[in-house]
Amino acid sequence: MAKRIDVSGLSAYYGSTRAIEDISMTIEPRSVTAFIGPSGCGKSTFLRTLNRMHEVIPGARVEGKVMLDDENLYGANVDPVAVRRSVGMVFQRPNPFPTMSIYDNVVAGLKLAGVKKKSVLDGVVEKSLQGANLWNEVKDRLNKPGAGLSGGQQQRLCIARAIAVEPEVLLMDEPCSALDPISTLAIEDLIGELKSQFTIVIVTHNMQQAARVSDRTAFFNLAGVGQPGKLIELDDTQRIFSNPSVQATEDYISGRFG
Amino acid sequence: MTSASPADARGRTPRRRDSRRGDSIFFNLSRGAGVLLLVVMAAIAGFLTYRSALALGKNEGNFLTTFEWTPDAAKPVFGIAVLTFGTLVSALIAMIIAVPIAVGIALFISHYAPRRIAQPFAYLVDLLAAVPSIVYGLWGVLFLVPHMGGLTSWMDQYLGWTYIFSQSSSGVPPRNLFTVGILLAIMVLPIITAVTREVFRQVPRMHEEAALALGATRWEMIRTAVLPFGRPGIISASMLGLGRALGETIAVATVLSTNSKLTLHLLDPGGGTFAENIALKFNEAQPLGRDALMASGLVLFVITLLVNGAARVIIARRKEYSGAAA
Repeated sequence: MAKRIDVSGLSAYYGSTRAIEDISMTIEPRSVTAFIGPSGCGKSTFLRTLNRMHEVIPGARVEGKVMLDDENLYGANVDPVAVRRSVGMVFQRPNPFPTMSIYDNVVAGLKLAGVKKKSVLDGVVEKSLQGANLWNEVKDRLNKPGAGLSGGQQQRLCIARAIAVEPEVLLMDEPCSALDPISTLAIEDLIGELKSQFTIVIVTHNMQQAARVSDRTAFFNLAGVGQPGKLIELDDTQRIFSNPSVQATEDYISGRFG
Repeated sequence: MTSASPADARGRTPRRRDSRRGDSIFFNLSRGAGVLLLVVMAAIAGFLTYRSALALGKNEGNFLTTFEWTPDAAKPVFGIAVLTFGTLVSALIAMIIAVPIAVGIALFISHYAPRRIAQPFAYLVDLLAAVPSIVYGLWGVLFLVPHMGGLTSWMDQYLGWTYIFSQSSSGVPPRNLFTVGILLAIMVLPIITAVTREVFRQVPRMHEEAALALGATRWEMIRTAVLPFGRPGIISASMLGLGRALGETIAVATVLSTNSKLTLHLLDPGGGTFAENIALKFNEAQPLGRDALMASGLVLFVITLLVNGAARVIIARRKEYSGAAA
């Protein structure tokens, strides 16, 4: 588990519009990497290229290379479905399956992978919910609908669902933007615990959050409206927030624009 | 933002009265519409019940189990056994055929077809709903019936052991309940397709992405996110279709042979439905005959209500899983 991501020369398009241009970066295993930058700079788009979710949008395509250890995710014989099994994702708004119980939500990925044995599933449910710090809150109502939980609990349920399939990488697209501060704190603590097992990439609009949870921070920016987003710099979080090497990063972090 | 208090301080009447009057007008209009619906329903039920009671009092046979329909004979005898069986069976056949196909078409339009094909295709399906039922009836009797022979004898040969698909007489034109069922399936297809298609389109993108991000193929995504979310919609759509199948009159009357004998052999000519029976017999019926037909109409009314009620119960039972909370 936990693999290194090595991106080189990656551009992503929506139809003929280029959303991000020529991005190269290395993401270390068992670390948290945060993507920050103004709206529309392509950080979410870039995140979605890391598990080939970008291309589910009609007309969207990707150029370039994403290496997960020594496997190119965009190689000719690579099945995007298999990629998404090893690179999990948590979305901006909590999206547990509304028609499923808490239990069924957690095992949804395993069932897709063909695991049917009840004893295995039971074990995974407990382990994943423990891992997502949700077990104590829901252990007595596993058969209740997942949509009945609070927003923060739903988001932790989504994290449990994502880690239940034991992915190599966990992508999080602004996972706290729909949550209150206390739920946000719970998720941030959780991210700190999960990084011992997974490679975590998180997109956030909240710079304090990036500073709190991440080891490395990447700043994205765009030259202007309609221009593709670019990676400006990637460095240790501490450096980015104290002494970034690019002026634009410092301007953004100190609130001078964006 | 301007505050309302300075105006109040100058002693002006705030403009709240007008908006309240608007509210009460709208409230009474909408309540009136609701009450009107109940009144109409009650009027239909009351009228049918009254006329039915007149007829049932003079019936010499058992209304529920009698096969014959001779209310205007010297000894009036009429029963709904044949009609109930024919109505339910033909509608059931229609649903068994139409619902899976409609769900398939709806999925194709909403999730598989490229947009430039999906749009005209959806329009084409909607167009099917605009064809008058007499046209379906004529098509049924002029095209479907003559071309059913191969299928019916095949079913007789290989499915005859099921009893219901065995033919007691061969070589007769298949103006039977099975053919009617197929025709009804085609007729209810567009409405079921249109409603389920809209429901499938409303599946939140985030649920579909949740499934895809877990490593679901497109079909698995549809199975995990789209179909469960659309389930209440599929049931509602089927009920709309079933309502049409149960009440379809002229197409059934055109296709079905007029000998209304009760037979469990669905491939044998004969059988009848409530609506078809009323349409065929109303013009020549005497007063008692008309009341008897009213009684059968009341039964159809009740059956439709029961079926819809059952559907409501099915939908409500899983309400907390409906996704309405999300």
